[in-house]
Amino acid sequence: MGMTMTQKILTDHAGLESVKAGDLIKVKLDLVLGNDITAPVAIKEFKNIGVSKVFDKKKIAIVPDHFTPNKDIKSAEQVKFIREFSREMGIENFFEIGQMGIEHALIPEKGLVAAGDVVIGADSHTCTYGALGAFSTGIGSTDMAAGMATGEAWFKVPDAIKFVLAGKPSKWVSGKDIILHIIGMIGVDGALYQSMEFTGDGLKHLSIDDRFTIANMAIEAGGKNGIFEVDEKTIDYMKEHSSKKYRIFKADEDAEYSRVIQIDLSTLKPVVAFPHLPDNTRTIDEVGDVAIDQVVIGSCTNGRIEDMRIAAEVLRGEKVHERVRLIVFPATQKIYLQALREGLLEIFVEAGGAVSTPTCGPCLGGHMGILAKGERALSTTNRNFVGRMGHPESEVYLASPAVAAASAITGRISSPEEVV
Amino acid sequence: MMTGRAFKYGDNIDTDVIIPARYLNSSDAQELAEHCMEDLDKNFVNEAKQGDFIVAGKNFGCGSSREHAPIAIKASGVSLVIAETFARIFYRNAINIGLPIMECPDAAKEIEAGDEISVDIKTGAIKNITKSKEHKAAPFPEFMQDIINAGGLINYIKKEQVGDE
Repeated sequence: MGMTMTQKILTDHAGLESVKAGDLIKVKLDLVLGNDITAPVAIKEFKNIGVSKVFDKKKIAIVPDHFTPNKDIKSAEQVKFIREFSREMGIENFFEIGQMGIEHALIPEKGLVAAGDVVIGADSHTCTYGALGAFSTGIGSTDMAAGMATGEAWFKVPDAIKFVLAGKPSKWVSGKDIILHIIGMIGVDGALYQSMEFTGDGLKHLSIDDRFTIANMAIEAGGKNGIFEVDEKTIDYMKEHSSKKYRIFKADEDAEYSRVIQIDLSTLKPVVAFPHLPDNTRTIDEVGDVAIDQVVIGSCTNGRIEDMRIAAEVLRGEKVHERVRLIVFPATQKIYLQALREGLLEIFVEAGGAVSTPTCGPCLGGHMGILAKGERALSTTNRNFVGRMGHPESEVYLASPAVAAASAITGRISSPEEVV
Repeated sequence: MMTGRAFKYGDNIDTDVIIPARYLNSSDAQELAEHCMEDLDKNFVNEAKQGDFIVAGKNFGCGSSREHAPIAIKASGVSLVIAETFARIFYRNAINIGLPIMECPDAAKEIEAGDEISVDIKTGAIKNITKSKEHKAAPFPEFMQDIINAGGLINYIKKEQVGDE
């Protein structure tokens, strides 16, 4: 029986001839990732195992990105703890403030992941790197600890949903709209325990940044991983960013899928997810009159250079609505610098937006833009759960950077067509 | 055999409501337990007694990979979570830290808040004492049962290492 892309990568890393859905296997890891919230718990567990060193100093990445630059003393203590551990173990990929970025934008940018890799990260959005044709999935701190010690992890081999993308999306439809459309269609547990494999002619119209956004939110449909077929754009990206060898695993012709879903990208409209689940979606023309207090543009989902560019295109020469706070946070230092050099940050500041250093802060209600009771945000982040960005009685709406920028101008959720 | 009272919640209980991010500047289990479920159910922390159960619908523990969520539940005294389905990272995390969980759609649907429940984790038998009803959860695969029996993944790895030598 044929295998899916994911099953082929897992087979390879388990040293087996083949696997099938449901098999419990142990696989070798190419990268183990953690952040300032999950790594402290992992390091405590690592010390409990009783080993004196990590399995490979080059294959661990620790990124203090959530409550950084540190928001309070306890957060500073947590980062101090992971910094000291990284130094003690000689971990090569610890990224200090000033070098760092939001982990899921940073890791591919630094060339630490390539097609065919198996990556685990103690952060649910680790599934982002599937955009490059890697098997990449979120796990918890204890799995991270075990991974750091042994270089292995256990998995139940998933079956998969195949998404066949066709057609060219229109000007204001981005990767964010595509993944919100998909989550709206299959639900927040629509891909539970499964892979989401993306293929089809439509891929050629999706930039790598679009693909990162789509793979990033596979977890929002319950997916174990999201993975894209490798094409020339993927190879160009990897060559530009990494010296790592990549390996391309294609699904077999006779691979079995639990579902095959065809999507014509040319028919899609911008999508907004209403509170309090990412599958509570409406197209932009169905939104109605929703006034907002805050707009957040950034995060591991939408803080990349293309996101900055399209937001700036909409905001150029415009002013943020007097009742709205706009916060823009480029996802890495490199993106920040690029946005600065391209004049994008100037556009945001002149429009009346606040530009922040890279941090996960506002997305998870950590710092740098917490919502008060009754406030409403439109955000390019990935979750709109109860209390996600602040007070349990605040509300989060999810959308693309273009819709976010347009809404910052009008003060209510708006299509970019209204303002451009 | 575990016996306790059920706290009942709905579908898609996410890890942000199990333990909000504003408390993640600590990884101390007791400190986390003090805020467990507070954005969803302010009474949980005060009313949960050692041995009680959480019973919920589909996709329990969705969202963030924060292990602080099962840690907070375990430290609040909950002996077992029964759900129709679990989000996959929560499922792994619970097994890895030794918080017992069971997938049993019938039990998850029929058990109501406050019901007195007793569970045999080895056989998967769930008894609703209040309603005089029995349910059966599918047993764990052997490999996961080994992790659970070892008391979590770390102990399991320690044992394995000893075995290798």
